[in-house]
Amino acid sequence: MEAILLESVLAPYLPAFLYFAVVAATAAGFLIASRLLGPRRRDPLKLSTYECGVPLLGGTRDRFSVKFYLVAILFVLFDIETVFLIPWAVEFRQFGWLGILEMFIFLGILIIGLVYAFKRGALKWD
Amino acid sequence: MTGSGIFNQVMFWLFAVMAVAPGFGILLAKDIVRQAFWLLLSLVGFAGLYLHLGADFLGFIQVLVYIGGILILFLFGVMLTYRMDVPLKEVKGWGLVFPGIIAGILTASALLYVASRTPWNAAAKATAPTVSAVGSRVMSTFILPFEVISMVLLVALIGATYIARRKEDKGRSEE
Amino acid sequence: MASIPLFLSAAFHSCWLAQAPALETSKSSPNGLEALLQRLVHSYPAEGTWWGAIAAMLIACLAVFAFLNLFALFAVWLERKVSAHMQCRLGPMEVGPHGVLQTIADGIKLTVKEDIIPRVADKVLFIVAPIIVFTGTFIRFAPLPFGDYLVASDLNLGLFYIAAVGSVEVLGVIMAGWSSNNKWSLFGTIRTATQMVSYEIPIGIAFVTVAVSAGTLSTMQIVEQQSGWFWHWFVFRNPFLMVLSIIYLIASLAECKRSPFDLPEAESELVSGFHTEYTGIRFALFFLSEYAAMYLVSGVAVVAFFGGWYLGIPVIDRIGAAPDSSALAFVIGLLIKAHVLIGKAVGLVFVQMWVRWTLPRVRLDQMMSLCLKVLLPISLACLVGSALWDLFMGSLASGKEYSMFFWLE
Repeated sequence: MEAILLESVLAPYLPAFLYFAVVAATAAGFLIASRLLGPRRRDPLKLSTYECGVPLLGGTRDRFSVKFYLVAILFVLFDIETVFLIPWAVEFRQFGWLGILEMFIFLGILIIGLVYAFKRGALKWD
Repeated sequence: MTGSGIFNQVMFWLFAVMAVAPGFGILLAKDIVRQAFWLLLSLVGFAGLYLHLGADFLGFIQVLVYIGGILILFLFGVMLTYRMDVPLKEVKGWGLVFPGIIAGILTASALLYVASRTPWNAAAKATAPTVSAVGSRVMSTFILPFEVISMVLLVALIGATYIARRKEDKGRSEE
Repeated sequence: MASIPLFLSAAFHSCWLAQAPALETSKSSPNGLEALLQRLVHSYPAEGTWWGAIAAMLIACLAVFAFLNLFALFAVWLERKVSAHMQCRLGPMEVGPHGVLQTIADGIKLTVKEDIIPRVADKVLFIVAPIIVFTGTFIRFAPLPFGDYLVASDLNLGLFYIAAVGSVEVLGVIMAGWSSNNKWSLFGTIRTATQMVSYEIPIGIAFVTVAVSAGTLSTMQIVEQQSGWFWHWFVFRNPFLMVLSIIYLIASLAECKRSPFDLPEAESELVSGFHTEYTGIRFALFFLSEYAAMYLVSGVAVVAFFGGWYLGIPVIDRIGAAPDSSALAFVIGLLIKAHVLIGKAVGLVFVQMWVRWTLPRVRLDQMMSLCLKVLLPISLACLVGSALWDLFMGSLASGKEYSMFFWLE
């Protein structure tokens, strides 16, 4: 009977899926419990936006500096770099000096970009 | 699909629905941020489909790069440009309905044609760690594309730096 | 302190004794639950039935989850005690001996509080966000071992899974801050997201370096490679990994939004950051995930750098490890290993608390330049250095002696 589990490539992930279900159900359960147990007395002041006790000043959705966006782009780039490093890291022993040379070229090209970003002052946060 | 057990079928349909259904959410949502979160659900579904094909490494890349990177980039973009006074533009009237239907039918039939003509191979039973296989291919057969990727990343990095810094210089004089 | 590993071991044993059929599914793990069951039991009532497998796995997941929740409650109490004693106060003393039950009382109180959704909030996202943060944090524990054999799901991409799934939590945080429609929440959100994504880079590079040394990303196999004397731990393997372990600890503080990197919820600036508008149980969910994340990063540090469940003294580590050792010796060995791993992780959690009450908060620009100008270049250099070290030592000493303390043997 366990064949129905064994046949799938997903079998190793079954505990992880079940774990996910347990966690999500518990989180929802907490919220429902609170809904059932907690009081519900609404009033307009209580439901207003929190602003340290004073009336709301200005819009709530301000725009942000473009520097945050640059950080996000940098993150995506280095994320992809990490993704490519991982298969190399696992197989690195097999390829020895050749593998390390290939990776140095890959890393070196990216480091040129990082140096350029430093020189341009893109990472300066002032 | 690999395997034919009930568990396998259930998971496949779960992921497939999860990948496709949020598309309607994206279409119908009024707020662009909500659309982004529908996209999150869809991307998780696709990651699940990759897992289902035995491509565990690809599935995790999907989560790390698309959910952790691209989607956050997208949300940052929204937050950078968000204006309270400009809601998503709602197009009234029927002017765009017929072109939309025609475009939809054409796209769908093209996709169906391609899908019916493609000789789909059942994925091999990839229970061995795929990451090692990817590693040895990348280091040997696909070494040139691999190095070219670093060039692409370099171009993206320089471009982002250049644009962000130029805007910054302009912004400073206004302040 | 000792009761927590004890509780965990007991829970795991009682659950996994019944779990044998499920183990056949975890083919990828040479030393997972399968082997544990083969050592301990030979026949069980639900053997071979799929419902037995599912039920047993479910119980095991519940054990992990219950442990983590209990740990989070314990850690909140510990933090209050640690901070109190560092400031010559007593801290919570009323509920239970030395106030140990204080957090449970707090939890009950938070559950029965009214939960308020601000009028201007995006209600759907506001409700979903804490669930996503909570789930996103807790599912990262799936491949994290709690001792030899004691792992919920031994994935062969374990470390990569932990890094990847961590990004879901960031999205939950953005969702919470955006839907609150409050300027403090939004400032906190953008800081959190920036901080978490940028500190993921050094963490990712640290993981890659560990993978270079271990040749795998499976948490169980990484620990297995650090057996023997404690200089086989990756932290002592070469100077580069030693630097990287410190970088990982710094970056993990930022990843958990802990002081000195607590800008996202800087009380004196932003009220409480992205969860300003959250009350009652929703706030409790954020709070629990935060303390669970502290255990997560410490556990990962222990697995990746500090020898996992190995004490570093072969005489003790070998108890019950021989294939022909008795069941009693095996169980004792299992308990020792679980205690060692959890003890080390709790020790690192204590260090996080210690740092919090020692260092002042950094500024946003300092936080960013620390990551991009200090940690990132150093970690890249360490990656290169560590790879060269392994290659050089590998070719020098016929692939046997990688540790920089090999001459001690």
